Amino acid sequence: MAQFDYTRAVKYFLLVDFIKGFALGMKYFFAPKVTLNYPHEKGPLSPRFRGEHALRRYANGEERCIACKLCEAICPAQAITIDAEPREDGSRRTTRYDIDMTKCIYCGFCQEACPVDAIVEGPNFEFATETREELFYDKDRLLANGDRWEGEIARNLELDAPYR
Amino acid sequence: MAEFLTTPLGIGIYIVAQILLLVVPLLVALAFLMYADRKIWAAVQMRRGPNVVGFFGLMQSFADFLKYIVKEVVIPAGADRAVFLMAPLVSLVMALVAWAVIPFNETMVISNINVAILYVFAVSSLEVYGVIMGGWASNSKYPFLGALRSAAQMISYEVSIGLIIIGVILTTGSMNFGDIVNAQKGDYGMLNWYWLPHFPMMILFFISALAETNRPPFDLPEAESELVAGYQVEYSSTPFLLYMIGELVAVVLMCALVALLFLGGWLSPIPGLPDGMLWMFAKMGFVFFFFSMIKAITPRYRYDQLMRLGWKVFLPFSLGWVVFVAFAAKFDWFWGAYARWSVGGG
Repeated sequence: MAQFDYTRAVKYFLLVDFIKGFALGMKYFFAPKVTLNYPHEKGPLSPRFRGEHALRRYANGEERCIACKLCEAICPAQAITIDAEPREDGSRRTTRYDIDMTKCIYCGFCQEACPVDAIVEGPNFEFATETREELFYDKDRLLANGDRWEGEIARNLELDAPYR
Repeated sequence: MAEFLTTPLGIGIYIVAQILLLVVPLLVALAFLMYADRKIWAAVQMRRGPNVVGFFGLMQSFADFLKYIVKEVVIPAGADRAVFLMAPLVSLVMALVAWAVIPFNETMVISNINVAILYVFAVSSLEVYGVIMGGWASNSKYPFLGALRSAAQMISYEVSIGLIIIGVILTTGSMNFGDIVNAQKGDYGMLNWYWLPHFPMMILFFISALAETNRPPFDLPEAESELVAGYQVEYSSTPFLLYMIGELVAVVLMCALVALLFLGGWLSPIPGLPDGMLWMFAKMGFVFFFFSMIKAITPRYRYDQLMRLGWKVFLPFSLGWVVFVAFAAKFDWFWGAYARWSVGGG
């Protein structure tokens, strides 16, 4: 016959595990809550955060993108579509720059590939829409994003620059 | 007016009024208990819990209620429609019916019958039918498994609940809740209550009540990890709501039973303070807090462990306790702590 484990039996009948568990539960009952009241409180974001895309401009208002199509080439989800033509002044610019945000996997390769820091992923992640069509971003929308988020984007790029 | 109340119609109206007076506050209280349950559970997990609807989220249950009743009722193609829709009703009605004999103070009881405990016991046994009917009528694997588990589990634990109650009945000499509570009256307040002489049985009763109401750690009938939601899988909308309410009513009923049988019902815990309904509510709330905490701190039992606990630990223990109480009551051991017939009872 196997050795009878008296300690274990006594513990079992005195519900030691449950009392300990209850004490632990009560300890955490009064512990500070870790929940963020999301729409009112938000967690910190890294400068590297890859959110909604934006096309940036130079300080003089000229758009940065030179239609090299590196982002289009590297995009693993093939979410980017670019058409380009020479402008009247002879510089090469995009006539069309679409990102299908439903295809995008937010890998950040477009940002890495861009030689002029034109396409970037900004800090905004709250761009849910009610229809699918609203997520097919065109050039105007992306440039508008760039104008709207330029402050944060420039600061994030600067903060992240030492590590690149 | 007094004459009108003796006519059949008058009696009928009087009874319906009594029932409404009980059920409506009960269901409103239930909404807040549901909220309390979620808040306690959240607090243990360091979350905030519902805090958006109304002040501190107090209206959350009512929002959920509205959501449930405006959703579509989905009935599976292979289900037995009549039984499928009747099952949640059975579950809820059986849970509510037992409240007819639960007293809140000396006079506040719908039906002051002398076999009250037997009645509660019988009705709460019938509750299992709601679960079995639902599981069977869904015509689906998991609900059926959940229903089978539930049936076996509830029957197993009813045995030990019955034996525990017999101990209390032996001590009191009556099956009426009023007599049981009055028998716990004495000069020493809470030290006169049955929780002291019947202490191990109070714990056993509480644990059996957890199993009886399918609460964690014995929530095997709806074990999410294995059975999705057990017998509730195919239910949606209002029928699901009825199941939820029925389950919670049964939980609160068990809280009331613990309060009445072991914690002195409406008696004041401190000698000198007046007895009253508020004590009863406070005790029920106290027990409910433990129900919630247990839900938060325990992992689920395995099925064979559950059965082993029910049949090999609880049953012999409570059976032995009945024998012990019988001798203690007969021969007046422990200064008559187990023989309170002279104090109350009839």
